Amino acid sequence: MAWNVKPEELLQYDYKVPQKNWMDVPPEFKPGTWCYPAKAEILEYLNKATKGDFPHIREWVPTDADWKLPEDWRERIKKGFRERLDKYRSFKVFMDVCVRCGACADKCHFYIGGGDPKNMPVLRAELLRSIYRGEFTLAGKILGRLAGARKLEEDVIKEWFLYFYQCTECRRCSLFCPYGIDTAEITMMARELLHLVGCNINWILEPASNSNRTGNHMGIQPHAYYGMMEFMCDDIEEITGVKVNCPVNEKGHEVLFITPSGDIFADPGTYTYMGYLMLFHEIGLDYTWSTYASEGGNFGLFTSDRMMKKLNAKMYAEAKRLGVKYIIGGECGHMWRVLNQYMDTMNGPADFLETPVSPITGTRFDNAAGTSMIHITEFTSDLMKHGKLKLDPSRNDDKIVTFHDSCNPARAMGLLDEPRYVIQNVCNNFVEMPEDTIREKTFCCSGGSGLNTDEFMEMRMRGGIGRGNALRHVQQKNGVNTLATICAIDRATLPPLARYWAPGVEVYGVHELVANALVMTGEKPREVDLRQEPLPGME
Amino acid sequence: MNALYSLFAVFALVVIALVGAGAAGMEQLFGLYIPWLAIAVFLLGFVAKVIGWAKSPVPFRIPTTGGQMKSHDWIRHDKYDNPATAGQTFVRMALEVLLFRSLFRNIAVQRFGSAADGVDVKVRYASAKWLWLFALIFHYSFLVVFIRHWRLFLDPVPSFIVALEAVETFLQIGVPTLYMSGAALVLGATLLLLRRFLVPQVRYISQAADYFPLFLILGVALSGIVMRYWAKTDIMAVKEVTMALFSLNPAVHIEGVGAIFFVHVFLVSCLIAYLPFSKLMHMGGVFLSPTRNLPNDSRARYHRNPWNDPNVKAHSYTAYEDEFREKMIEAGLPVEKTLEEAAKTEAQ
Repeated sequence: MAWNVKPEELLQYDYKVPQKNWMDVPPEFKPGTWCYPAKAEILEYLNKATKGDFPHIREWVPTDADWKLPEDWRERIKKGFRERLDKYRSFKVFMDVCVRCGACADKCHFYIGGGDPKNMPVLRAELLRSIYRGEFTLAGKILGRLAGARKLEEDVIKEWFLYFYQCTECRRCSLFCPYGIDTAEITMMARELLHLVGCNINWILEPASNSNRTGNHMGIQPHAYYGMMEFMCDDIEEITGVKVNCPVNEKGHEVLFITPSGDIFADPGTYTYMGYLMLFHEIGLDYTWSTYASEGGNFGLFTSDRMMKKLNAKMYAEAKRLGVKYIIGGECGHMWRVLNQYMDTMNGPADFLETPVSPITGTRFDNAAGTSMIHITEFTSDLMKHGKLKLDPSRNDDKIVTFHDSCNPARAMGLLDEPRYVIQNVCNNFVEMPEDTIREKTFCCSGGSGLNTDEFMEMRMRGGIGRGNALRHVQQKNGVNTLATICAIDRATLPPLARYWAPGVEVYGVHELVANALVMTGEKPREVDLRQEPLPGME
Repeated sequence: MNALYSLFAVFALVVIALVGAGAAGMEQLFGLYIPWLAIAVFLLGFVAKVIGWAKSPVPFRIPTTGGQMKSHDWIRHDKYDNPATAGQTFVRMALEVLLFRSLFRNIAVQRFGSAADGVDVKVRYASAKWLWLFALIFHYSFLVVFIRHWRLFLDPVPSFIVALEAVETFLQIGVPTLYMSGAALVLGATLLLLRRFLVPQVRYISQAADYFPLFLILGVALSGIVMRYWAKTDIMAVKEVTMALFSLNPAVHIEGVGAIFFVHVFLVSCLIAYLPFSKLMHMGGVFLSPTRNLPNDSRARYHRNPWNDPNVKAHSYTAYEDEFREKMIEAGLPVEKTLEEAAKTEAQ
């Protein structure tokens, strides 16, 4: 979908609310605000792979009046709703305790940049709560609308589809809620319910399907994946004069390394990928990559708990097959939400693995004793703290760097200082963006939870206003030209966001910056950085 | 409209009490039986609700982390926003429940510049502690009023309540001396109500269920204040009734207490009976919120999901290699089975 609305046109919105009650405002499907439904062949494959988790496959378009819902759609939704209330205390409590204080309202990037009141997290949750009251509470059944209840009509499903695919599950609202109501939980439940009646989007299910079959979300087959790695090794040799090793699918190593596959095929992620190869070669890490478990990002998280578990299970399965001691995970956002909050519970206990110990520094990672999986910036910051790397940060002197905290590592994990420590060891110029836009208060790139598709560009740019403005601020004030991040979806979604809201800022992975500064044993005098652009002083 | 319906509902309750206990002379009903019923409904409803929540498991640890996790010993761990132990989690919860920590964090969005400025339009954030302040005034004054009322149920009156009253009345305004908590409760509820009326976004999300409890609490507070400062209800008669309530003694003779007392008691009865079925249950729910009451330790320790489905399994490596074996061998990638071995297995 061609989308070329200029910023000044996009900014024609305000925070006014309609006169009508929100229940009387029907959902409106404008171009750029919704994602395409899943293709039938994708659903058929997934349905086979999961023994029926993706029912009611058909051709449909959200702008059609008739969504061809299954005949028993009401019963399916009610049954699914009840099941989830019984499975998750979070869902049940969050349906009951909201006092509609509105503290969350202006925390959502889509509301900040679009002004649609149904993107206030409180109201987005009311889309479900109104049905919960109508179907599952006595007051709602008797008092109806006076108790905030409404009937389950087809428009409700349409509204769910529109707004729960306008939520990136970034959890910023949850931070400010006095009861910790987490809209991500609510969005996850709503999306699961939508699957029951065959309403889902392709940009989530195609990656999920690819991850299941080929091991990575791009659907790259093993030989092609390996070919791309060899290609990168050639590039590294050309730049540094060092031929790095790239062990793949090899048994008997100490460590398995898993990173999001987005980084192997698209710039600027590829440079981060090269950064890992260079770092591990330089320190002589005894490790392997895997093509079977070549995806860190888990699109199951945006689908259902079953799909999430199924995709995540590959990591432990492969660690077991290859006989490694522990796993290191690369720079990825939602991969780390799954790893930190779900993995061991879903697919553990990982008793065939050991508590990670850095072979270079001897540091024992007790905070990952159960999962046996550590984050690359935990690993690298430890190397730096112990002075195990020879670094020349002046090679990044042409960059004035700021750091974008990715939602999931920030708000589902609390990984805030490790990446900053790493950046500050390899860059001489580091500035922070304004404090209300970083660390736990960070803004979403607006493409998270599987919404980083081009047909959704208007919402992405609207949602990007928070990050875009903060970036523009440090660009004007401090001359920032580099935005570092530890998430592959960021590396895909922030370049267009920066071009739109803060033109002139380039996006980098943290380990690309590390690799630029890394002085490798036996390297030739470096003239260019990983992007084959001249290093400072070599122009 | 929602606000009007709620206001009418509270008025209707006042009228019911005035007519019932006053004109119809059903003092016994309004003074004893309805309060007893309300307390029973509250207790049963509250317990049922909490048990209902507790019956659903917490399959995953999903704390919303508000600071640096526990990691290297040289990185400062933000213990109370990102707890790693039960003790730290307890402190986090205490900060939340006693000081409304999350609301204190609140910031408000502001837009500067016009659309014509293109990318130079600004979205900024400003500290927004009004809601935190209003909520704090409201809840703490309510708590003090509640505790102060114990004197009516306890004989002799415990010394801490006497002390509390001394603090409350130290300004010595009026006769009888003004309880500051009563005034603060009315102020707090009014501020919260005004916020709902005046902020368009908050008005848009407000339901009858948001206005009704505020009006009801205002009704309770105002009827109490009227009773103390204007209607001058006989306090000894009131204490006789409350002691009878507390000792479950239906034999007490209720006369000469004054209609306003029954209005007050009836509104309180409605409030406590309504509580378990309404959003006021946030009082119990805040303790059960999985994003706040769990330590962020799921990488350090294994937690079991009671309904984890062992039948959900990864697409197996064997199936993967079977599909891509030839290409893997060609690319020089290690495989579990050679082409011959695979052919042999297939033949079997």
